Amino acid sequence: MSHTVLEIKSLSTHFFTDSGEVPAVDQVSLHVHKGEVVGVVGESGCGKSVTSLSIMQLVPNPPGKIVGGEINYKGENLAFASEKRMKKLRGNEISMIFQEPMTSLNPLFTIGNQMREAFRFHQKISKKEAREKSISMLKLVGIPRAESIIDDYPHQLSGGMRQRVMIAMAMSCDPELLIADEPTTALDVTIQAQILDLMRKLNEEKDTAILLITHDLGVVADICDRVVVMYAGQVVEEGSKREILKDSKHPYSQGLIRSLPRIHEREQKLYSIPGTVPKPKLGRVGCRFAPRCEFAFDRCFKENPELYVTGEGRRSRCFLYDKQEGESINDASTITEAVIGD
Amino acid sequence: MRQQLQKPLLEINGLKKYFPIKGGVLGRTVGEVKAVDDVSFTVFEGEILGIVGESGCGKSTTGKAILRLIEPTAGEVKFEDQDITHINAEEMRRLRRDMQIIFQDPYASLNPRHTVEKIIGEPLLIHGVKNAKERTSRVKELLEVVGLSAYHASRYPHQFSGGQRQRIGIARALANNPKLIICDEPVSALDVSVQAQILNLMEALRDEFNLTYIFIAHDLSVVKHISDRVGVMYLGRMVELTSKDKLYDDAKHPYTQALLSAVPDPDPDIEKERVILKGDVPSPADPPAGCAFHTRCPMAMDICKSVRPAFIPVEDNHFVACHLYDGQQQNLSRINGL
Repeated sequence: MSHTVLEIKSLSTHFFTDSGEVPAVDQVSLHVHKGEVVGVVGESGCGKSVTSLSIMQLVPNPPGKIVGGEINYKGENLAFASEKRMKKLRGNEISMIFQEPMTSLNPLFTIGNQMREAFRFHQKISKKEAREKSISMLKLVGIPRAESIIDDYPHQLSGGMRQRVMIAMAMSCDPELLIADEPTTALDVTIQAQILDLMRKLNEEKDTAILLITHDLGVVADICDRVVVMYAGQVVEEGSKREILKDSKHPYSQGLIRSLPRIHEREQKLYSIPGTVPKPKLGRVGCRFAPRCEFAFDRCFKENPELYVTGEGRRSRCFLYDKQEGESINDASTITEAVIGD
Repeated sequence: MRQQLQKPLLEINGLKKYFPIKGGVLGRTVGEVKAVDDVSFTVFEGEILGIVGESGCGKSTTGKAILRLIEPTAGEVKFEDQDITHINAEEMRRLRRDMQIIFQDPYASLNPRHTVEKIIGEPLLIHGVKNAKERTSRVKELLEVVGLSAYHASRYPHQFSGGQRQRIGIARALANNPKLIICDEPVSALDVSVQAQILNLMEALRDEFNLTYIFIAHDLSVVKHISDRVGVMYLGRMVELTSKDKLYDDAKHPYTQALLSAVPDPDPDIEKERVILKGDVPSPADPPAGCAFHTRCPMAMDICKSVRPAFIPVEDNHFVACHLYDGQQQNLSRINGL
C-alpha cells in the first residue's frame, strides 16, 4: 500500500479566456497509492474534472494550460511531459473513463475496431490476437455474447453496456492507474450498482489504483478508501472515507454531507448551504468558502487558509484548525459533535 | 407525516400513451412504443406523490400526459371529478391555471430572450391579468416568495445560476395560484447544496399555498425526502404504490427491493445486502410478455412469463403488481427471506 503511484504537488491549471485568466485548479496536491481507490468529490466547477484531465495532459490548450506544479507518476514528472511520452502512457499505464460513454466511443467504428487500437498501439500484436484479447476483456467486464457484440457499433448498445466497453478498453493494457471521471453519473441506479461492483472487482483482482472523480457521496461510501474534497479549485479537506463521511472537519464538507437526503434515515429538515459556489478568479483574498460558512470569523475574509494537519493523513483548509487559533480548536470539536449529534 | 385529507384531487384510470414507430418506404406504423401502459393512481389534495423509476420507464410521459402536453392514447384523467381527456382546447387552457408543471432543465425551459418579468408575467397575461401594473407587482411578489429579489425582474435567464433559474421556473408555475404542480425532475440538474435549497423551498411553498405535487424523479433519496406516498414505475407500468415509510421499510415488489438496494448510501457504516440485477431494461417497443420485469427478476416464476400481474392492494394503501402476492400467503415469507 505504501507504494505511491501518483503524487500531485501544487498543481495549477489556468484557463486563459477573453474575460481574463481563470484559475480552475489552484495549487492542488493529492496522492494515490498502489491498489487504492481515492475519491475526489465536489460540486460543479470545483475543478475536479480539470484536475483529472491535467494528469492525462488532456486539457484543451488553448485556452487551458498547466501553469505550475508537479504530477509525479511513479517518480516521473508528467506536468510538462512531451506528447510522445504521454501517448506511451495513455491507455497503457494510465487509463481514463469518462462520464458519457456515447461521446467517448467513435460511432463510425465497431467496438472491436476501437478496442483493438490500444492493443495494437501499445503491445504490437497481430489483429487476430488483439481480437481474441478484446473478447476476453469484454467477457471480464460481464458483457454477454462478447463474440458477437465485438462487431456491433456503439449505438447498438445500451448506456450500461457502453460504459462496460469503456471500462474494458481502459483495463485492456492492465494500467497501474485508472482515472474515472463520473463513471456512473449518466447511468440508472441499478446499472450504477453493476458498474461499481465491476470496478471494485477489478481493483481487488488486479490491484489497479483508481482515482474516482464524483459528486455523489453515496458512490464514495461504496467504493473509495480515501477522499479528497475540493471547493472552488482548491483541496479543502482530505482523509479516509470514514473520517470524511462520519467526522468531517471542514465546514464545507460538513455542509455537503448534511444537505444530502438520506434514504435509510428518518425524516428531518434538510440542511442547505446558503448561497452558491463562487466563480474562480485570480487574486481572491480570504477563504473561498467564508461567504457561505456559518463559522466564518474576521480572519477568514482577510487571509488565505492553508491545509492544516488535523490528524494522521488528514488535512483541512480552515482556520479553525490553525494552531494559532488555540481556542478555536476547542470550538471546532464542539462543532463536529454538534454535526454528528444531528 | 403530514395528515392527509382523503379527498382525491386527481384520479388517473388506465392511462396509456403509445408512440407509433414509423418504418418502411411508405412510412407506415410498424409498431408502438408503449411508454405508458395502463397506469392508474389517485392523488389526494395537499399530498406529495413521488413517482420514481429508471430512464425510459415512462414517468415523465405520465406527467406530461396528465396535463395533456402529450395527448394520452387511452384512459381517464379526472381532475376535481371532471374527466379532462375529452374537453376542448379552450377549456383545457382555462384548466391549466390550476395545473402547472416545473421542468428538469432550468436552462432549456426559460426563453433566453425574455426578461424574468416577461417569463413570470406571461401566464398571468394569458389567464386574464390585463393590467400591466398589477402584473409587475405580482411578479415582484412571486420573486420574493421563491427567495429572489424584486430587482431580478429586469434580468435575463443567462444572468442566473442553475438554482436561481429553477426558482424562476417555480415562480412561473406559482403565478396563477395552481392547485396541482407536476414537478418533472426539478432538482436533478442541480448540485447537492443547491438541491437542498430548492427542496426546502418546495416544501415550504406546499405548506404555504396548500399545493399538491406530483414529484417525478429518478433519485430515490430525494423522492423519499419530499414525498408522502411513492409510486414505482418500470417499463411503462406502475409496479408498486404505497406510503413513503412502507415503501422504504417494507417494499413488496422485487424490482422496488432491487432499486432500493442499489442506491449507495453516504454512511459507510450501513452494511446492506445488495441485489444486483442482471442485464438492462428491455425495450418498451417490445416489452416482455406477462410481467415486464420477469426477465431480470430474481424471483420469477412460470406464471410471470405469460400472465400480466394485476395492480392490486395487498395491504391497506399498498398496491403491488406482482404474482408473488396472488393471494398466496406462503409467498410472503419467501420474499421476506430475501
